[in-house]
Amino acid sequence: MSETYLPPGMPAPVPAGDGLDLPYWEGTRRGALLVQKCAKCGTWRWGPEWLCHHCQSFNMQWREIEGKGLIYSWERPWHPVHSALREMGPYTVVLVEMPLAGNIRMIGNLLGPPDQEVVIGARVEAVFEPHDDADTPYTLVQWRLIAIPN
Amino acid sequence: MTAFGEIFRAGNCYWTGCGEGRGAAMSGRGIRGKVAVAGIGETTYYKHGQSPDAEFALALQAILRACEDAGVKPREIDGFASYSNDRSDPSRIAAALGMPDLRFSNMQWGGGGGGVAAAVANGAAAIVAGYADCVVVFRALAQGQFRRFGQGAPDPTVSGDAAYMAPYGVMSPAQKYGMRATRFMHDHGVENDVLRAIAMASYQHAQTNPRAVMHGRPLDAETYDNSRWIVEPINRLFDCCQENDGAAALILVSAERAGDLQQKPAYLLGAAQGSDHRCGAPVMNASNFGSSSFATVAPRLYEMAGVSPKDIDVVQSYENFTTGVMMAVVEHGFCQPEEANEFFTLENLSAPNGRMPLNTSGGNLAECYMHGLGLQLEAVRQIRGQSCNQVEGAKLAMNIAGPMVTPVSSLIMGSEETL
Repeated sequence: MSETYLPPGMPAPVPAGDGLDLPYWEGTRRGALLVQKCAKCGTWRWGPEWLCHHCQSFNMQWREIEGKGLIYSWERPWHPVHSALREMGPYTVVLVEMPLAGNIRMIGNLLGPPDQEVVIGARVEAVFEPHDDADTPYTLVQWRLIAIPN
Repeated sequence: MTAFGEIFRAGNCYWTGCGEGRGAAMSGRGIRGKVAVAGIGETTYYKHGQSPDAEFALALQAILRACEDAGVKPREIDGFASYSNDRSDPSRIAAALGMPDLRFSNMQWGGGGGGVAAAVANGAAAIVAGYADCVVVFRALAQGQFRRFGQGAPDPTVSGDAAYMAPYGVMSPAQKYGMRATRFMHDHGVENDVLRAIAMASYQHAQTNPRAVMHGRPLDAETYDNSRWIVEPINRLFDCCQENDGAAALILVSAERAGDLQQKPAYLLGAAQGSDHRCGAPVMNASNFGSSSFATVAPRLYEMAGVSPKDIDVVQSYENFTTGVMMAVVEHGFCQPEEANEFFTLENLSAPNGRMPLNTSGGNLAECYMHGLGLQLEAVRQIRGQSCNQVEGAKLAMNIAGPMVTPVSSLIMGSEETL
């Protein structure tokens, strides 16, 4: 079992039954970060949806993007609400804005010690975290601090 | 700046009258002065899991007490409105009460506690439209008998929006809404002292309210400051609502009929629900993210009611978390976001003489988490002059529901002289 940020036993993500986000989850398995871009008007989108909210086109395409972003917001849960987290202690969640993809936002954990300082605007990069032993193997996208703004 | 940004700025107007001239009030529609709350009732409020009665029995008790308060016979009820998928089905209630004619049953979609003011508004709309004459708005919760709100989903697999949150440990409401508040406070320089003042105001008001679960359990600043983090940097223990068992109900009738009943009517002056651009976009991609979702809702509320923030005598603002209260009060125009640190003090928020008396029953934090309906009942008491923390001469009471979710809702009640 490979090292993961949160302990084993967390809820495992599975692609939606209607197929909407299958390309994302397939992409993460091979280390590619895929999000939606409208083929008609070029609007980036996350999370996935069938329709472009800007031009109402159903012609959505999946594009691979560079896993580089900025911390837009954050939180550090201390109180565990899931049995897998009872002995864990605090962990850090970040909402990451992606300037290279229309400022869409993605959620993940900020790798590193749980008491590290978190600064809104700090540069982070994506780290793929495989869960190969899951019933349906999946890969999470986590985030690593690159630089804190001056 | 993207198109999002332009919409964000337009929507984020903090009551500058945006939407003026196109709303219901301009065309003579709306509920202003047409419907009143004629009766209120609630059960004993319990800590979660401690109700000796079944959830459905709690609902019936609250409804019967509201009937008694109003002087209305239970069989005169002909409609129901609720929210958050309340488990007490109106058809079962109608059968249990022996109602001869169930004319209206309505469930507000989505948004959990954000639906409470909308449920009142939906019931009022049914009366204005002629679908029903006597509508009960109710909520019953016995979380000990069902799954608790504050616990993560035990499902081993998750899909849809949850697939992008639960595997990272984002499961409870405190975790799902924490980052909206973190961003708002970052953007506007809001300090955590604001949150402490909101929590202490609720606890202070609960000390004179014998119905309150936290009656006899005052909260001082030191206890607040030493309380553990639930979610850093915004939610300490005392920033989070309770989880409770109990039920509450109120009875709506036409303004005309309310005048013939035994209680002083609390008239509905306006109500609004909804949320702004892409508020429900998955994976926290709302355009106006650092927000309580009221940016476009609050202006519509004031427009229908025909009043402005300075006219409001007392505010009941749903505490899921103190952050939500702060953001919602700001987005309803009581202060600018940059004024929050000076505005939200215990003195300003305390009844009877504070600048904006807040949550005068103790609210969800300290009276009872009746999913916000208890706050509606408290607004009625203020209009009647019956609150445990009465604001002298209160004529206009605001009620704000379920900040940060979508859809949210809010309403304004007034006494007869405000019509």
